[in-house]
Amino acid sequence: MAAAPKRVPLPAILLANDLLDGDVVFAVAGANGQLAWTRDPALALVASNDPAAESLEAFAAAEIAGNRVVDAYLVDVTMETGQPVPRHFRERFKTLGPSNRPDLGKQAGDGIDAGQRA
Amino acid sequence: MYRYDEFDERFVRERVAQFRDQVARRLDGSITEDEFKPLRLKNGVYLQLHAYMLRIAIPYGTLSSKQLRQLALIGERYDRGYGHFTTRQNLQFNWPKLRDVPEILDLLADVEMHCIQTSGNCIRNVTADHFAGVAQDEIEDPRPTAELIRQWSSLHPEFDYLPRKFKIAVTGAEHDRAVIKAHDIGLRLRRHPDTHEVSYEVSVGGGLGRTPMIGKVVRDYLPKDDLLAFLEAIMRVYNLEGRRDNKYKARVKILVHEIGVEEFRRRVEEEFARLDGPSVNADPAEVARIAAYFKAPDYEALPAISRVLEATKAANPAFARWVEVNTIPHKAPGYAALTISLKPVGEAPGDATSDQMRLVADLAEQYSQAEIRVTHAQNLVLPYVRQRDLFAIWQRLGEAGLASANIGLITDIISCPGLDYCALATARSIPIAQAIQHRFADDNRQKAIGELNIKISGCINACGHHHVGHIGILGLEKRGIESYQITLGGDATENAAIGEILGPGLAAEDVPDAIERIVNVYLSERAEGESFIENVRRIGLAPFKAAFQEVAHAVA
Ligand code: HEM
Ligand code: SF4
Repeated sequence: MAAAPKRVPLPAILLANDLLDGDVVFAVAGANGQLAWTRDPALALVASNDPAAESLEAFAAAEIAGNRVVDAYLVDVTMETGQPVPRHFRERFKTLGPSNRPDLGKQAGDGIDAGQRA
Repeated sequence: MYRYDEFDERFVRERVAQFRDQVARRLDGSITEDEFKPLRLKNGVYLQLHAYMLRIAIPYGTLSSKQLRQLALIGERYDRGYGHFTTRQNLQFNWPKLRDVPEILDLLADVEMHCIQTSGNCIRNVTADHFAGVAQDEIEDPRPTAELIRQWSSLHPEFDYLPRKFKIAVTGAEHDRAVIKAHDIGLRLRRHPDTHEVSYEVSVGGGLGRTPMIGKVVRDYLPKDDLLAFLEAIMRVYNLEGRRDNKYKARVKILVHEIGVEEFRRRVEEEFARLDGPSVNADPAEVARIAAYFKAPDYEALPAISRVLEATKAANPAFARWVEVNTIPHKAPGYAALTISLKPVGEAPGDATSDQMRLVADLAEQYSQAEIRVTHAQNLVLPYVRQRDLFAIWQRLGEAGLASANIGLITDIISCPGLDYCALATARSIPIAQAIQHRFADDNRQKAIGELNIKISGCINACGHHHVGHIGILGLEKRGIESYQITLGGDATENAAIGEILGPGLAAEDVPDAIERIVNVYLSERAEGESFIENVRRIGLAPFKAAFQEVAHAVA
């Protein structure tokens, strides 16, 4: 048996920080079937099987090499009302913003335009 | 205040230009993140959980009104309208964009500020007693020493790649308000009992983090003139023998611990004897030039007690209380050193909005020689206030939500950013501080409890000084949830001590109860006039442990 790559349990999403802005971004399925980034966690592409996770990993590597993002990694999620929510509290905060400042971060819609908010 | 000379100015501007170029090369792909990271860290740029973070050095915590206004402007223009004052007397912005950082550095350079030495394995921003120059128990202002060390260490190629970060703190007073014993090197200005000459007591090997240690004295009375040569000797021994193989064992405290303080002292003295002192030590003319910047202002001749102050106090108990809690007696008659609390109940400890920064800058300009200090407890100080002006200041602070009368009390909590911002955190710390503040918000109750320092860190790195809190709180992760370990008996002063763990970790919602139980033990056991920490020292941990266990068992 080939050694399985070490990876978080699935389903998972890919997140990173935008190189220029530092904002947290999520891999999303783009219009042409290719992967792209969104600032809206609700739109994050959920990988439920190994090929999907591999394609997220390949995208992460290419985007790091292409100097578009930093600190890209997969995060295991559960589905809550149709949206991916990280299982671990650390990544939950990362997709929300500071818990003491509901007026800041993604929970306040930072960087997420209305059109994209789905 | 210290002013840059031509050399400082050129040095800082060159660094900004260099970093601008480095950012451009990062953005066009000519350098990778691995190559860029050490460069950005050298300029105070971290990547946190939600965004980049920029850490700005405030040397020995001294700021001018002009500088504070510039920080307010940066916060407004490039961040989210607020900043976070840290336990290392620095300011952190939590949301800058990498593309804007060169602009921000230029704005900082315009007011003689920068982010150099706020990160990386170098000698970090030197900290000092926030009441430098004004405290009655002071022998000598520690800031000329801190400034001298800043200049020596900023440009010292030999100490640019140390095994690990290196932190130096200086105090010139009897009572240690600079936590010198928790620093890699702690300096205390003191008089020699026979010669009465001012000299340094030098401690080495203090530090917090995962292996907390209290610094040990390696020289009781170092002549002032020998300072730089002696520091150089310490740095050499450390640079040569500090462990580079293991990041967790790389601080000088581990070296001192492993070889023992006697052996460490021997090696330092040997190196010191070998060094050509005169070529290393600062030129006395330069020392005098630096010292002149810290000359006391021309105080007005005032009566020791202001009648205006006494009258306004008598007419206004809330004001009287604030004066009692937030000011300390001053070297100059008729003056006070005022601490402005950045701990209003329910706000993140140490956060200040741009508007609040501007107000403090204005007040400093009008009433305190345009000078502000940042304290390691994450508050601000107006060091030169006439007692008779206190009432006007209090009123204006009140309008901005900055008139909390809680300095040194249970709601004056030190807290690191924790998991609300920090990528290294294992748990949140700000909401814990807020919950405790709410529990003890009542002014009379706080006053009845008296001096009690709670310090909270969101991981073992101990940026929130939890080890030396009278009550320390450390946020950890236990089985997928946030869990808080409570320590008791720590002390950040000249009686420095590391707190001891009381029992198993608690869930966030149980922390205020546990604190309340601990406080109740003190209230029922204390002797007349005995402070919380004195009580803990006298009666020992056992009664507190027992009370703590009741909470731990109830929720287990
Ligand atoms: C991006 C945010 C931060 C990072 C990555 C960070 C990192 C660290 C690390 C790794 C240590 C442990 C050093 C060791 O044990 O050798 C440490 C210690 C410390 N940090 Fe931070 N820190 C951050 C924010 C802060 C803040 C906000 C403060 C002030 C509130 C602060 C003040 C300190 C202090 C006082 C210590 C302990 C003293 C010592 O060096 O032993 N840090 N930090
Ligand atoms: S103690 Fe931990 S959580 Fe708090 S700021 Fe330091 S590294 Fe971050």
